[in-house]
Amino acid sequence: MTTKSQELMHWIDARFPLTSTWKAHLSEYYAPKNFNFWYFFGSLALLVLVIQIVTGIFLVMHYKPDASVNASGIPVAFASVEYIMREVPGGWLIRYLHSTGASAFFVVVYLHMFRGLLYGSYRKPRELIWVFGTLIFLALMAEAFMGYLLPWGQMSFWGAQVIVNLFSAIPVIGPDLSLVIRGDYVVSDATLNRFFSFHVIAVPLVLIGLVLAHIVALHEVGSNNPDGVEIKKKKDASGIPLDGIPFHPYYTVKDIMGVVGFLIVFSAILFFAPEGGGYFLEYNNFIPADPLKTPPHIAPVWYFTPFYSILRAVTYPLFGVDAKFWGVVAMGASVVIIAFLPWLDRSPVKSIRYKGGLFKAILAVFLVAFFILGYLGVLPPTPGRTLVAQICSVLYFAFFLLMPWYSKLDKCKPEPERVTFK
Amino acid sequence: MSIRVIKTLKRLAAIVLFAPALALSAGAELHLDKAPVSSDPAALQNGAKVFVNYCLNCHSASFARYNTLQQIGLDEQQIRDNLMFTGERVGDLMKIAMRPAESKVWFGVTPPDLTLIARQRASEFGSGADWLYTYLRQFYRDPARPTGWNNVVFGNVGMPHALWELQGQQVAKVTEHEDGTKSVALELATPGRMSVEEYDKTVADLVSFLVWMGEPMADKRKTIGMYVLIFLAGLFVLSYALKKNYWKDIH
Repeated sequence: MTTKSQELMHWIDARFPLTSTWKAHLSEYYAPKNFNFWYFFGSLALLVLVIQIVTGIFLVMHYKPDASVNASGIPVAFASVEYIMREVPGGWLIRYLHSTGASAFFVVVYLHMFRGLLYGSYRKPRELIWVFGTLIFLALMAEAFMGYLLPWGQMSFWGAQVIVNLFSAIPVIGPDLSLVIRGDYVVSDATLNRFFSFHVIAVPLVLIGLVLAHIVALHEVGSNNPDGVEIKKKKDASGIPLDGIPFHPYYTVKDIMGVVGFLIVFSAILFFAPEGGGYFLEYNNFIPADPLKTPPHIAPVWYFTPFYSILRAVTYPLFGVDAKFWGVVAMGASVVIIAFLPWLDRSPVKSIRYKGGLFKAILAVFLVAFFILGYLGVLPPTPGRTLVAQICSVLYFAFFLLMPWYSKLDKCKPEPERVTFK
Repeated sequence: MSIRVIKTLKRLAAIVLFAPALALSAGAELHLDKAPVSSDPAALQNGAKVFVNYCLNCHSASFARYNTLQQIGLDEQQIRDNLMFTGERVGDLMKIAMRPAESKVWFGVTPPDLTLIARQRASEFGSGADWLYTYLRQFYRDPARPTGWNNVVFGNVGMPHALWELQGQQVAKVTEHEDGTKSVALELATPGRMSVEEYDKTVADLVSFLVWMGEPMADKRKTIGMYVLIFLAGLFVLSYALKKNYWKDIH
């Protein structure tokens, strides 16, 4: 005897792969049982994406992408954000969720990427997952950059001005390209409207598509784990990996715990320090955009600063082309090079647990250099700082470009046959 | 060989780690006094009175409504009787009659809208409140300026000292140090209606009001935040117990 609900499931399954999809991705997707703390950040990135989309939908209901000035001399876009903060019921919460969410997104994604670096998650057969991931990171940067213009504060305006001007340094097509991006000769209402369009529809669509591809590719080959050994090599009689457990319910309940833990930290910032000490919401951005008043110091938001430092570190013109252009090239390369990790790493083992001291030391140097670049990016440049940024930029690229050699030289320990658990 | 390489790398890491300390040369320092920001309704109400009387003529507060002042303990009638002078309605925004384009011609710069001033003026040197509290107490007489006033925190400021009747008139004593730097000390040449302590208290009330106006929902935000965190802490215990229970058979 079949019950009514079973009948309904049969009816649906004959028309749509509901049960099989559920099984393939959740109840019979076998994940290694030894995931540690670092493995929370994938699901958390998905959570933050949802927070951003949902709060974004509500913000768009009240936000006006309009650079014209109202009767009090305030740009309409800026005033509409304050309207959301003060007049829309719960608007301040939605807005702070979105602005804190932007920073949280990068925190979570940086940690997620570092996890990949620690445990060699990018190695064969997971190269495409990593490439999709890098593309997500790129799309996220575009999304954040364009979203930052929308409040139309001083930093919004001048940050966009600086970054869009960079494109004009590209030989031949540069000036026209920057004109197309701005839609005007300066950052203006046209820029605000096209950035709004890209921020709310174009880039999010790309982002969601890439996230889907990222997850589909992951579920095709299966997850890596802190030991970097393939659980699919050891299966039981029914073909289930010995060290695998179904994602649902084991990792769904574990990720719920991770989500609540994340929300505690997130809420603590959101409700008690939404400005993030001037790093999440820059103080200067509470001043409406003024095209005639350049702020003394234009700093990008914290999550861009390592790459911005690399851009500024390039101070030599080359082949008769302006140093600014090579700065743009270096900045672009510093992000794109991440995608090539799967082919740069020649180590016999995946996980840092079995790698030698050489890799650990180089990773530590890389990490320190990355943090220093990030720190220098918020400060105005001085000759001393530029020199430090140049050294750190070289170290940043050396980490990637020398990897084919040092990863082979490194004295690795043998990998275990099975994963280690507790 | 690899040990030597690692040692070199460690040395390199140490150099890289301490390099920024060398690279950080001191920029222009701004010395701000710590503002005694209060959330006491009496202080906020006094601040509102000073704000409406002395600021809201040239400066607007165009994101704030008069009736939001109910949050600092005033009823609508009190707001109407004490804080509204030009026939607005209590639901109106705190706008001014002077047009931005005109004030730009008259003052050289449009007096900024003050709704968010306490949030705008925050910097690495101190909070926005600290800046305002210092700024409003450090005007001094300067015959070289068109208004006759200058300011220590905001050099060559366009605004004259709007509170001078209360504070009196300060003059600057500039001392040049051997290393070429200058320091400015202010002296009260002509006392105002208030003593120094009274004036500092008045400015503190005004600054407290400006902080409140910058984010009127700040108190509500923190209150809700407490409940949210308590709820999430409880939820975390439950989710931890759930995870433990599900995972008890995994070895």
